[in-house]
Amino acid sequence: MDAIIDNLDLYLEGFWATLRLTLTSAVFALVLGTVLGAFRVSPVPTLRGFGTTYVELVRNTPLTLVFFFFVFVAPQVDIKLPFFTSALVALSLYTAAFVCEAVRSGVNSVGIGQAEAARAIGLTFNQTMTQVVLPQAFRSVVPPLISIFIALTKNTSVAVGFFVTELMAVGIRLANRNPADVIPVLLGVAFFYLIITVPAGILAHRLERKVAFAR
Amino acid sequence: MSLVLFDAPGPRARRRVTIWSAVAGVVIAALLVLAAVRLNQRGIFDADRWDIFTEDTATWEALFRRGLLATLRAAALATVIAMPAGALLAIARMSESRWVRSTAAVWIEAFRGLPVVLLMFFLALGFDFSIFNAVVGGLVLYNTAVFAEILRAGLLSLPGGQREAALAIGLTTGQALRLILLPQAIRRMLPSLVSQVVVLLKDTSLGFIVGYVELLRVNRELRDFFGSRYIFSLFLVTAVIYIGVNFALSRVAVYLERRGTAKAAGGVSTMQGAAGADTGGA
Repeated sequence: MDAIIDNLDLYLEGFWATLRLTLTSAVFALVLGTVLGAFRVSPVPTLRGFGTTYVELVRNTPLTLVFFFFVFVAPQVDIKLPFFTSALVALSLYTAAFVCEAVRSGVNSVGIGQAEAARAIGLTFNQTMTQVVLPQAFRSVVPPLISIFIALTKNTSVAVGFFVTELMAVGIRLANRNPADVIPVLLGVAFFYLIITVPAGILAHRLERKVAFAR
Repeated sequence: MSLVLFDAPGPRARRRVTIWSAVAGVVIAALLVLAAVRLNQRGIFDADRWDIFTEDTATWEALFRRGLLATLRAAALATVIAMPAGALLAIARMSESRWVRSTAAVWIEAFRGLPVVLLMFFLALGFDFSIFNAVVGGLVLYNTAVFAEILRAGLLSLPGGQREAALAIGLTTGQALRLILLPQAIRRMLPSLVSQVVVLLKDTSLGFIVGYVELLRVNRELRDFFGSRYIFSLFLVTAVIYIGVNFALSRVAVYLERRGTAKAAGGVSTMQGAAGADTGGA
């Protein structure tokens, strides 16, 4: 227990790094994923194909491999990024594929009749989108998005293998420094992850029940 | 194309779509060519960066025999342990005793909410597991919780009449669960279960971080052995192997989903939302 309390500032530093990594890549992934999602529901076949290929590739690639690429391989073709930025890029590109899927299935979950009715009463395309389709799509996208960001939070821990000092890295360092207290030290790390993931999970579950409505 | 957003296109819209499609195609092709030219300028496609693959089978042997095999071994063992354990945990989660139920719930939430790397380090550093056991153990702890949630969603999605009928013909609650409900839930959730196995397979690459010799680690060893000239070619080959294996397994999931199972009442279902849809967990 002493090992945790004595090193609380180190823990908080790692927690802060993890939080920064999570939030920043969440924003990038959200933007990129929404664009890709728009590609996938667009009427333009090439864009749809691009979106599908991206999602299929990323979904079948381990995140560790993406990190590996940006940290070890990219420098050989003169793409040299600081370690923290590499982690950010890897996490954003990876998560974007899952955001894309959530956006796509959200849009597809809106009943066809909704858009048809909107067009039938003479709304323009923009009106149909902003007044009818997107508000309904939004509510079914939010719960899966929260799950994706929970996964993202856990995924930041992969950065430990790629020279980023985040929560997990702090845990390893402290574990090596206090060989007698490895278990409490790592339990401390677990605690900091759980205070993000468990409340977020409960929130997602609540929202999911709230937005579940009969169509 | 999503018919929610668009009516069936008329002649003008079709023309516009064709034009945009061509423009997008040209832009994407241009980007690819640009990337290829850049790679070429740095000599990535020179023969001397690829000779380890053409002149000798030892590289392939290392990648497949040592790398892929170790990856698959860890994944297979973890799957075989985690699936039944997940089923047991799902049963405990729906038990009639409040204590069993809430203990299982806490267990599931805790292990689902932790990074797999942390679990691996826990076992390796805290409990002195061998690296292989730590990798498999970490995967098992995490995926047991996920499989349990998937199966629970499957059990909850069954029509209530199944359970009532089972009890009515005199089965005990345990028998009803084991003989009637669980088999249907498993069939129904087969696509989700297979998708989760893909996630598990991808997560074996975390072994790279804790020091288990698997595909990615073998890649690194080969690079150290042959020199950094081969970084790119080795990476490309490794990526293709990973994507190939995972893609094949993903296709199985898609196939199961499309086909449905003859014996699954009401067909198979894919999980939506927070419970378990593929969110890229690692």
